[in-house]
Amino acid sequence: MYAPEFEYHRAATVAEAIQLLSSNEDAKLIAGGHSLLPLLKLRLARPSVLVDIGRISELKGITISDGTVRIGALTTHWEISSSHDLEHACGIMAEAAGGIGDTQVRNRGTIGGNVVHADPASDWPTVLTALGAKFNIQGAGGSTRTVEPGDFFVGPLTTTLGEQEVLTSIEAPTLGHHQRAEYAKMAHPASGFAVVGAAVVVTVEGDVCTAARIAVGGLVPVPVRMTSVETALVGKALNQENIAEAASHASNDLQGEILGDFFASAEYRKAMAEVEIRHALFHATEVSHH
Amino acid sequence: MLLVHFLREELGLTGTKIGCDTSQCGACVVSMNGSTVKSCTCLAVQADGAEIATIEGLANGSELHPMQEAFWDNHGLQCGYCTAGMIMTAVEMLERNPHPSSDEVRAGLEGNLCRCTGYQNIVKSILAAAEKMDGHAHNDETGGHAHHDH
Ligand SMILES: Cc1cc2nc3c(=O)[nH]c(=O)nc-3n(C[C@H](O)[C@H](O)[C@H](O)COP(=O)(O)OP(=O)(O)OC[C@H]3O[C@@H](n4cnc5c(N)ncnc54)[C@H](O)[C@@H]3O)c2cc1C
Ligand code: FES
Ligand code: FES
Repeated sequence: MYAPEFEYHRAATVAEAIQLLSSNEDAKLIAGGHSLLPLLKLRLARPSVLVDIGRISELKGITISDGTVRIGALTTHWEISSSHDLEHACGIMAEAAGGIGDTQVRNRGTIGGNVVHADPASDWPTVLTALGAKFNIQGAGGSTRTVEPGDFFVGPLTTTLGEQEVLTSIEAPTLGHHQRAEYAKMAHPASGFAVVGAAVVVTVEGDVCTAARIAVGGLVPVPVRMTSVETALVGKALNQENIAEAASHASNDLQGEILGDFFASAEYRKAMAEVEIRHALFHATEVSHH
Repeated sequence: MLLVHFLREELGLTGTKIGCDTSQCGACVVSMNGSTVKSCTCLAVQADGAEIATIEGLANGSELHPMQEAFWDNHGLQCGYCTAGMIMTAVEMLERNPHPSSDEVRAGLEGNLCRCTGYQNIVKSILAAAEKMDGHAHNDETGGHAHHDH
């Protein structure tokens, strides 16, 4: 397969990338290319100009300080999954990155490209929603803004990112002593994409859950917070019974559109959301479910 | 132009194969600046100035790379279509984890499909190469390197 013709520019800085986006109509950024190139090859996207941000060093790297993990948008899934510092500071991120696609996809695909592509079957949007992450964005004239996942994802392949904006980094809180986080997904057996994914972040004191943030993705156009499940969990001991009871509230939070396809129907995915939430909670709290 | 087309059609390095052309099968895997990439999902221009190693560059003259030898010795291939990609993936796998378990080898081959062997002998080959190399990642790849500037 051959991509359609396009003009190509390589940006050396974020400012230059924004300038190129502003001066070319119908221009698109390319990072790792692992979402965009397949679309170009299928001619489902036909930008007339590609702006390559793949070598902008200010967009790369992981820094951890003052309770915050900051990951440059261009950081690859592999760099995230193999970071020992991150494993200690926010293990769910390293773990989720390690479960994306395959070795080569992780070597090239970036967290920023994943988030901006906003594929409902992606892993990062769900994980970052549960973590309460923040997206740092730069726009024309050096302006910057920060948005939360809930104000960023609009629908499949649609976000509130402007045409002349670049996602520069993603921030998430490091996990505290009493916090546990886990991502569980039912992966599509061929691609590894999430049919259903559930991310949980719980605070546990003694054996009682004192706070919970839970999100699911894969089966919904954008990640959905499981507020009924969270409410049912807080104040309870995290044992098998209470976890199962709380997870059974998942359908309350899944009243909107549910995606389905020939591989997994909407009804099936909805049933599996409860199961994946349970799995994530069992793993997070090390409650045996066998 | 995709990197795989540049390698095969411009440079005549046809050891790298195109299987699915949709980022799934791994027949097109090459190493770019030391990490593997599916060359059907990379523009040639993204590789501008990078060091690309293909299967042609693994052997040292007539001396096969230990991974190639292990595939030979253990019947790690049948038709051979997936082999170049398998070997490039396997070499990186041992660089990152010199002593993998058989489960880790299987997990590491997630992005490489083989329609012939059932993977059994591929896994055996990689484990044999790991033993033979004993933690010495083989880094003296010479020849067959495409240095690509334009
Ligand atoms: C075989 C295969 C399996 C996969 N499996 C999974 C999986 O299991 N789970 C999963 O989550 N994902 C999976 N993916 C997707 C993968 O994670 C992609 O790499 C990722 O979604 C996109 O990152 P990229 O850097 O390649 O982005 P690109 O393809 O370069 O860009 C994607 C989009 O984001 C825009 N963009 C990129 N960077 C920025 C930025 N910094 N600011 C603004 N816009 C930007 C581009 O303009 C483009 O529209 C898979 C992909 C493949 C090919
Ligand atoms: S041809 Fe590139 S992954 Fe199949
Ligand atoms: S040996 Fe034929 S595809 Fe692997």
